Amino acid sequence: MTQFRGRAYQKHVLKIFSLLVVISALWIGLLQASIIPQSHTWLLPIYFIVSLGCYGLLMVGVGLMRFPTCPQEALLLQQDIGEAKDFLKQRGVDVGSE
Amino acid sequence: MEQKNKYSIIVPTYNERLNIALIVYLIFKHLRSRDVDFEIIVVDDGSPDGTQEVVKQLQKLYGEDHILLRPRPKKLGLGTAYIHGLKHASGNFVVIMDADLSHHPKYLPSFIKKQLETGASIVTGTRYSKGGGVHGWNLMRKLTSRGANVLAQTLLWPGVSDLTGSFRLYRKSVLEDVISSCVSKGYVFQMEMIVRASREGYHIEEVPITFVDRVFGSSKLGGSEIVEYLKGLVYLLVTT
Repeated sequence: MTQFRGRAYQKHVLKIFSLLVVISALWIGLLQASIIPQSHTWLLPIYFIVSLGCYGLLMVGVGLMRFPTCPQEALLLQQDIGEAKDFLKQRGVDVGSE
Repeated sequence: MEQKNKYSIIVPTYNERLNIALIVYLIFKHLRSRDVDFEIIVVDDGSPDGTQEVVKQLQKLYGEDHILLRPRPKKLGLGTAYIHGLKHASGNFVVIMDADLSHHPKYLPSFIKKQLETGASIVTGTRYSKGGGVHGWNLMRKLTSRGANVLAQTLLWPGVSDLTGSFRLYRKSVLEDVISSCVSKGYVFQMEMIVRASREGYHIEEVPITFVDRVFGSSKLGGSEIVEYLKGLVYLLVTT
């Protein structure tokens, strides 16, 4: 456990490591138990990594399609800027063009 | 007897002569009417464009107890700017935000409300949730942002949807605690702050915000930025 100012928590990388250990143990178990043909079992890690990669790409693609935009905000901001400039100019604050 | 809350808003500036005036006006517009006790702490890194003169004019208009100018001699970095601002903060809550109006003060009430409702230690603005959004990014920029986010989520499990955002409300004691252990620079610094806070078990809530990128074109993400980001991710993966 990592100590930080008296509070203990498990380092994140240890969590990931533990997860990998569990997955590896399952994989070795499968190899020894021979429920699935050996040739397939040996390829499982590759399938896993490829699936992970595909999932990641899918997440990126979906996120990109659904990327939240707010074009109206630019307009609202311009209005706010105009309002601010008017107010401040009248009260002696220098808001001349940059 | 309930303690009244005071919000110290730290705004680091460098050559924001016009924007600082606009942002101060908007902060007052959205907070004064709600009977919120606040102060704005401008940490200017020796801007050559006269930013500090404008801040002094704003002080005359709004009062020196509401606008604090705490400058530094030159550009010294964002993390140290927050630390410097913290030293002068008299509130029990601290807001950090950018001076260039990409963060709109109109969201300040929703940050405050969220914190009061949930008792959270940190409320962070997210551009990527429903109700949030970004304007001014081209497809490439959105792609790198999304890719970076997916990678960070997969590696770090941070518990927040927007890791690099810098529009946040912190309980002052929490900010002091977290910032002292962060060493990164730039946007990796913002990531480090929120990831460390998440690891420590601090209660973090999110509010959707809109982000208007007004610096079109100079928001480019080149190869070196990507390398820096990846290095930052690995650093955070291993040390938090």
